[in-house]
Amino acid sequence: MQTSGVKRQTSNVKGQTNGDRASGGPVTRDQGSPKPAALVIGGGIAGIQAALDIADAGYPVYLVEREPSIGGRMAQLDKTFPTLDCSSCILTPKMVDVGRHPNIELMTYSEVVSVAALDGAPPEESASPTRGFRVRVRKKPRYVDLDRCTGCGLCAAACRMKGRVVSRFDEGIANRSAIYVPFPQAVPLKYTVDPSACLYLTRGRCGKTFLCKEACPADAIDFEQQEELVDLDVETIIVATGFDLLDPRLKPEFGYDVYPEVMTGVEFERLSSASGPTMGKITVSGREPKDVVFIKCVGSRDPHTGVPYCSRVCCMYTAKHAHLVRDKLPDARITIFYMDVRAFGKGYEEFYDRVKHERVIYRRGEPSEVYRLRKNGDDTGRVVVLAEDTLLGRPIEVEADLVVLATAVVPRTDVAEVAGLLGLERSPDGFFQEAHAKLSPVDTNLDRIFMAGCCQGPKDIPDTVAQAKAAASSALGVLSRCERKLTFDV
Amino acid sequence: MPHYERGMALKTEPMVEQLELMGCIQCGKCTGGCPVARKTVLNIRSLIYDMLVEPELDVNAHPELWDCTCCFTCVERCPKDVRPADLIIGLRGQLVEGGRIPETIGAALMGVFRQGNPTGLAREDRAAWLDGVDEKQRTAVKAAQDGCEVLLFVGCSPAYDLRVQVVPRALVRAFTVAGLDFGTLGTEESCCGNEVRRMGEMGLFEMLVEENGELIRGAGARRVVTTSPHCFNTLKNEYGLDVGGTGAATSDIGHASASKIEVLHYTQLIAELIEQGRLAFSNEVRKTVTYHDPCFLGKQNHVFDEPRAILKAIPGLKLVEMDRSRERSLCCEGGGGRMWAEGTNLEERLAFQRVQEAADTGAEVLAVACPFCLLTLEDAVKVQGLDERLRVMDIMELVDLALNDDGEV
Repeated sequence: MQTSGVKRQTSNVKGQTNGDRASGGPVTRDQGSPKPAALVIGGGIAGIQAALDIADAGYPVYLVEREPSIGGRMAQLDKTFPTLDCSSCILTPKMVDVGRHPNIELMTYSEVVSVAALDGAPPEESASPTRGFRVRVRKKPRYVDLDRCTGCGLCAAACRMKGRVVSRFDEGIANRSAIYVPFPQAVPLKYTVDPSACLYLTRGRCGKTFLCKEACPADAIDFEQQEELVDLDVETIIVATGFDLLDPRLKPEFGYDVYPEVMTGVEFERLSSASGPTMGKITVSGREPKDVVFIKCVGSRDPHTGVPYCSRVCCMYTAKHAHLVRDKLPDARITIFYMDVRAFGKGYEEFYDRVKHERVIYRRGEPSEVYRLRKNGDDTGRVVVLAEDTLLGRPIEVEADLVVLATAVVPRTDVAEVAGLLGLERSPDGFFQEAHAKLSPVDTNLDRIFMAGCCQGPKDIPDTVAQAKAAASSALGVLSRCERKLTFDV
Repeated sequence: MPHYERGMALKTEPMVEQLELMGCIQCGKCTGGCPVARKTVLNIRSLIYDMLVEPELDVNAHPELWDCTCCFTCVERCPKDVRPADLIIGLRGQLVEGGRIPETIGAALMGVFRQGNPTGLAREDRAAWLDGVDEKQRTAVKAAQDGCEVLLFVGCSPAYDLRVQVVPRALVRAFTVAGLDFGTLGTEESCCGNEVRRMGEMGLFEMLVEENGELIRGAGARRVVTTSPHCFNTLKNEYGLDVGGTGAATSDIGHASASKIEVLHYTQLIAELIEQGRLAFSNEVRKTVTYHDPCFLGKQNHVFDEPRAILKAIPGLKLVEMDRSRERSLCCEGGGGRMWAEGTNLEERLAFQRVQEAADTGAEVLAVACPFCLLTLEDAVKVQGLDERLRVMDIMELVDLALNDDGEV
């Protein structure tokens, strides 16, 4: 690992020059760093909310996000249940606040590579660190100068790979260029070169000239950019690393990846989103579906897939999906297959009632299989969902031209790595373990490290925000005590 | 069909506990995916519910218990590890104990008891299939009891059924070409018991495990290869051969032995021999072929790729897939004792639907890797009038064509 070029940064409020940095000498808290700082790992709604609360209280925050933009999963969603607020409409103002907040140092396209307690011991051996942490962050090269880039997008329009690179943000249902912003409301609104897709970065050359560089009026593209390592000294850390969704291919009976008619809930969000690739038009292979089937608990409540727990959000987002289909396709036949309906939150049961009145048929039974519907040996572009309607007590076959799978919420694929980095314990479900299931829900096994959102377990947006505010409150306690040089004796 | 009398009340509680049925959440995934639930009144989800809420169950009132093919789709897909098919096997066991079983099932079990095979043909004819093997190759087949590297567990249908006998013969040719050191148990081999167990005759099954298990361990071969996925399933999962000590699945019938024995289906061994370059094909087989995954090989033991690897290695052969393949393969309805019992719906057969699906791919050959699939699907092709378009062949028949110069299919 490259260590020579490591920058060391104390809590620097934006616009404030720090004399110690220029000298390059070691900086310690005693040499008059103005305010103790916090680190928030993960820039989804949990990390955004926690960072804003700490920053609003007057303490500096580093918000580290590995993607080019903050926003996380919530930015991908169309509407939110049960109020049907447009997800980006309520999220974007908070993202902008983060970008502009004088107390937040936003580090996107960056990853935490190491964490050490400042009293010398690794965090897991320092049960009650008397000082904070030194955190090393790797800023991946964007190959775009953040100060110069204006976000105009001329580079992406000129890119030779335009329309040929799968957009992960759009869950593969749309393509982008090799130089991109993940979505139009990105914060920061700065372009990034995808090193796995850029012709120059993968093959060493891109035609005779760089089309992106030629197109950029700000001269912002810099293929010489190197990764940068930055050391941060912080007193407290909030982990808000989020979740992944179960790979539906682990349930091969549903034919995901076999039939274009079968998609996941997040893919449906992108399809239904007015700012998505289809401008919110629900189509499958260019056609409007007439029969839409939703399958809940895909992988959830199923120890076979390593997900013995309930994913908590699927009942409600599936009800919301059904509503969105009804809204856009008034004549569609909509069937939701369910095992149980868990509508436990404020306004949730009412929303479930409302959706049922919108001619959405709830059929009790977990489908067993999806296969291609053929007529006289020919592909009809439709599929058959096999199930038992357990209330009728007989096997049924429901034809569909769109099947949406509510896939389980699972820990991030690199959860073990992150746990190792910080010394965090994990619960049997794989998520991070809270210090006490009831009384310390945002505390981890380590002092000064808190967590928020789905990295602790599946939860919806209201619960995530509540947890983020709780984690921020706990972190503020640490920061306040540090500032007043109080001891941590409990 | 047997005559079912009313009033064979079974106390539900012991079996509910033994099979841990309390974990069932009544999601219906079992019945939803059950291939026979679509053609008979068999509803395993509802049967489990009956067991859970009623103190007694009248087992005789459920002749559809004999409809189950033990394809184990329900077991594979149950999110809560309930193993619904095990309830059917358990209830069949009650009927067997009470002597209330379909006549043809009784005859099959009696055949296994007396002659070591369900057809009841003479034990001394068990090795007669070898007569059809070329003299030179026949001498390569050792008596496994004298020691060899690989033990070929032939199985009943491959040994006795005139249609299926070509499969072990083709295996002998392929093994000889590959220079494999192999042998069989000859007339001492008995039925593996896979279907016996699934017909509910646990006592007879345990006897077979003991007899065959002793013979197999005594032979000293490190590897056992089977013709049939049904033998493969029980030898691999229920004999405890691979653990070296007492059987894992059936601990009461295990044997103390130091050596671990690897159990393979022939498709795994043939694919390995091809991979190692010990088996090379000289002839083109210019056929479009689709492959039907047998339940006991695919769904239950997750052997999906090796049969396809063999077919792909045959020069000139074009492999096309049916829509319902691999984990979604449709059962041919020949397993779980259904080779000897018609079930309650004689008109509709899953095999009819399956051969139509195969024909829809445009394939000329429907390849199988299981004796029961071979027989049921071949019958269905004839009944459906597809015999001009579609031929059912075991993978070994195609391998044999690719190895020898015996001419066209």
